[in-house]
Amino acid sequence: MLRRRRRRLLAGGVALLLLALLPLPIGDVYTLNLLILTLLYVGLSQAWNILGGYCGQISLGHALYFGAGAYVSTLLYLHLGLPPSLGLFAGGLVAAVLALAVGWPCFRLSGHYYAIATIVVAVIFYLLALNADFLGGASGVYIPFKGDSWVALQFRTSKLPFVYLALAYAALVWLLAWIMEGTRAGFYWRAVKDDPIAARSLAVRVLPSKLVAAGLSGFATGVGGAIYAQYVGYIDPDSVLAMPLSILIALPAVLGGVGTLWGPLLGAALLIPLSELSRSYLGGSGHGVDLMLYGGLIMLVALWRPEGLLGLFARRGGAGTHAGTA
Amino acid sequence: MSLAAVVQMLLSGLLMGLIYALVAAGLSLIFGLMDVVNFAHGELLMLAMYATFFLWRGTGIEPLLLVPVVAILLFGVGMVIYRTLIARALGVRANRGMVQIFITFGLAIFLQGAAQFAFGGDFRSIGHSLLANRTVAFAGVYLPLPQAAAGVVCLLAFAALLLIARTEFGRALEATREDREAVALLGIDRDRIFALGWGLGAASVGVAGAMLAGFYYTSPDVGANFALIAYVTVALGGFGSLAGALLAGVLIGEVEAVTAQLFDPSLKQVGVLGVYLLVLLVRPRGLFGTL
Repeated sequence: MLRRRRRRLLAGGVALLLLALLPLPIGDVYTLNLLILTLLYVGLSQAWNILGGYCGQISLGHALYFGAGAYVSTLLYLHLGLPPSLGLFAGGLVAAVLALAVGWPCFRLSGHYYAIATIVVAVIFYLLALNADFLGGASGVYIPFKGDSWVALQFRTSKLPFVYLALAYAALVWLLAWIMEGTRAGFYWRAVKDDPIAARSLAVRVLPSKLVAAGLSGFATGVGGAIYAQYVGYIDPDSVLAMPLSILIALPAVLGGVGTLWGPLLGAALLIPLSELSRSYLGGSGHGVDLMLYGGLIMLVALWRPEGLLGLFARRGGAGTHAGTA
Repeated sequence: MSLAAVVQMLLSGLLMGLIYALVAAGLSLIFGLMDVVNFAHGELLMLAMYATFFLWRGTGIEPLLLVPVVAILLFGVGMVIYRTLIARALGVRANRGMVQIFITFGLAIFLQGAAQFAFGGDFRSIGHSLLANRTVAFAGVYLPLPQAAAGVVCLLAFAALLLIARTEFGRALEATREDREAVALLGIDRDRIFALGWGLGAASVGVAGAMLAGFYYTSPDVGANFALIAYVTVALGGFGSLAGALLAGVLIGEVEAVTAQLFDPSLKQVGVLGVYLLVLLVRPRGLFGTL
């Protein structure tokens, strides 16, 4: 067990090193943009995975925590001058508090009831944000550029700093998942996921376990939202709070393999470039082919590899030990 | 606010609520039968609306007469979706709950893209028909005829669903809902019942969509809002309960109309969703749910 955990950490370190070298030969701005978005979603989906995968609570409202992080860090910067390198922690904290506030009543619901409740809460905040003047309403908020800086997390001359920022984010969320896998809470999560009633009978405190997962997941998602806001320089309810974003955050983990360390990485590496490329080559004129491809891929993977694409790499007979059986 | 304005508000809430109720009934039927939430439910509504629009434009037949045609069409679509996707999703070995959620999400995205591809992004509406743009005025209250007809047809569809529940097939549905394993021993083909359940659920949306097309713009993404309200209606009424769907649908129509009137039309959904959350806190299984 311990040796396996150490091997995984080592593998994570190797992956980090390789990914750090990856952007160096790339000069093309479009490809770098793709890399940044993919790395960002590796982190976001791993954050979702903590609650949805390890703990088994399928949230379809993570856009709320993403948007909270984006708006909080942006507004603190614009109104109080707090640099986003600190503001992202504030954004993460607000997102974590929101995740706890959503989780406390909703965790009493199981299965589909919970999933629908998370959608509804996120949509309420989306609709309120559309009508909230202090958030810029439907027209959104621009973040003014004041020169390249690691303090303000703004870079215009090169995309490389954002690659490393996104990589650091993805790596830290991965590390968080790795740490939690070995803690008591991590074991509780898997018990809660597999059979909440049996877990309770074994003195697992179900609600607190779920709340810990929600808080960590919300925090990490919020930080991702703040980084995204700095990268794009403009946020509005449609880009940081809308329902399709909730699905996009969950999908890499689902396609790659839920409740695993490598699932979100594998899923994002496949899904994000595919969806970006098909959108720019096929979706520009609104033909809908990009959506057909995207939806078709989801159906295909869900039916063909229900345990996620990671199952392809698992040793024979060992598959599914970590994909879980729900 | 004058009395006429209050009656007007409640009336429009009731008529919209009946549509919501019928859309939700289809969702509730499928969920009650096999524990699957159809996240592509709004897209079935969209398909029904397009079918009505193009049948009307192609043949010039009165949209009201097209309702049974669209219902039968959607019945077929529902059966096909069950046979090609859902039956397989029910049979997977790992992550069954998650596969069910994401398979219907994938279908929803696919159907939206397909509609965009086939019909373009334009808003379509049925311009002239027996009822289009006509209203009846009574004591200062205006009753738009397409909405009124939609309300009546939705009530008839509910009556039909309740009648079906009393037939041999309806009893087989109920038995399958109660205990999937036991019915197999009684010689009931579960797979066939599930397929017919999907057909019936989709046909309900078909009727709602055919009526909705008479007074609402049709576009590839028209389903999203109606689907969200349908999930809320079903959760509010209690999953699997027909009477619950009807009452919750009307309640939601009224809450929406009152919120739009008292606050701001752009906030009408916030009122609906807020009421849902409130009920959830007090009674997690919904008004009529038997958890």
